[in-house]
Amino acid sequence: MKKKLLHLTVNGEHHELYISPKKLLVEILREDLGLTGTKRGCSTGSCGACTVLLNGVAVKSCSVLALQADGSEVTTVEGLAQGAKLTPLQRSFLDHGAFQCGFCTSGMLLSATAFLKENPTPINIRDGIQGNICRCTGYNSILRAIKAVAEGKYKEEGR
Amino acid sequence: MIRPFNYHRASTVKEALILLDKCRDDYKIICGGQSLLILMRQGLVAPANLIDIKSVKEMSYIAYDPKDGLTIGATTTHREIEKSPLIRKHYPVLAEMEKNLASIQTRNWGTIGGNLAHGDPAGDPAPILIAADATVRMATLERERTLPLADFFVDIFETALQEGELLTEIQVPVLPKKTGVAYEKFNIIQNQQGIVSVAVAITLAADGITCNNARVVLGAAAATPMRAEEAEQMLIGKKIDAKRLARAGNKASEECDPVGDIHATETYRRFLIDTLTTKTAQKAWEQAKAAG
Repeated sequence: MKKKLLHLTVNGEHHELYISPKKLLVEILREDLGLTGTKRGCSTGSCGACTVLLNGVAVKSCSVLALQADGSEVTTVEGLAQGAKLTPLQRSFLDHGAFQCGFCTSGMLLSATAFLKENPTPINIRDGIQGNICRCTGYNSILRAIKAVAEGKYKEEGR
Repeated sequence: MIRPFNYHRASTVKEALILLDKCRDDYKIICGGQSLLILMRQGLVAPANLIDIKSVKEMSYIAYDPKDGLTIGATTTHREIEKSPLIRKHYPVLAEMEKNLASIQTRNWGTIGGNLAHGDPAGDPAPILIAADATVRMATLERERTLPLADFFVDIFETALQEGELLTEIQVPVLPKKTGVAYEKFNIIQNQQGIVSVAVAITLAADGITCNNARVVLGAAAATPMRAEEAEQMLIGKKIDAKRLARAGNKASEECDPVGDIHATETYRRFLIDTLTTKTAQKAWEQAKAAG
């Protein structure tokens, strides 16, 4: 099994790594790049905790071979805020207490980010996070947080 | 743990076919890998070579011709099918099925060709595509062939694809006039696989009452997606009414061959197929009546 070269832009930063082909995207992010904001939950594509944006679309990074992302742009939860400036969704999650243990939060934020980009005025917000499980069952506050952003309550902050 | 393998990436169909030919003895093709990677992690699949066709862009397309119907390239993602205006217009039932196939993330990365080639009897696209009389196109370095999708599934997780052969395209003919196609699956959690699923296509005669043709296709009801031909015979050539639809459900329940597993017992699956076939046939019938 030969190692292969992987080019990956993560949160705007370019990386070149020699990796074992069997490495999953989530493993590269967490183990090689130290971006542990992306969580590894079920490892079977069920829970959505490992959700990242791959060229702007939400995917489960436990279900993508890292080499399949070669040449792509990845956004993880670390890439959402600009320095100390949180995104509207992040601020809204804070204001609405949209987490209990926090394990699902990164995935929820990224799914919601992609969802609102695609549907700025969504009819059913539940559709946007149906691929993400919150084991604490704190769904209502998460839905309220996303709804507040969709209604433009955090608009003046940009993004 | 995923066992070690050699990774090969193809960028064109030609490249993919050359790689398949080279690795003939021991390979798996990966596209979205949404099912395959789980099996590899469980150690159930451990190929020496993994051939990645995810970036074969020439197999990612959706086209519609008023005479020849719909063609979908094998590496087209579920999400692209779901959102395609062409599919929403001509085959809304396909778009609706795709929306409920899995989570958004999985639909964003998983592909129609991968889903079919995986050969899971509980897969969502196969029953509808079989009901709509779809064919699949397959290629090797030497030749190309097409096969009705109904004949593509050989056994559980086993398809007609031979060594060195690549699934390249799915073709769906134009629906006949006065035709309705409906699909329903029964599950506990939305966007998960169906415990059972049923697709029904009904074509009515010019009189708008007699059933000219019917297709009843069951998912997760046997080792492969299966046509319930006895159920179809309950409808074909008959004037459809509630009693007929119920009888078709009974027949489908009798002729299917489901297993019992963690999700449902065999008896429960048969019960579901009875109810769901009747319900889906009713929906297809109503659509056929309303169709031009």
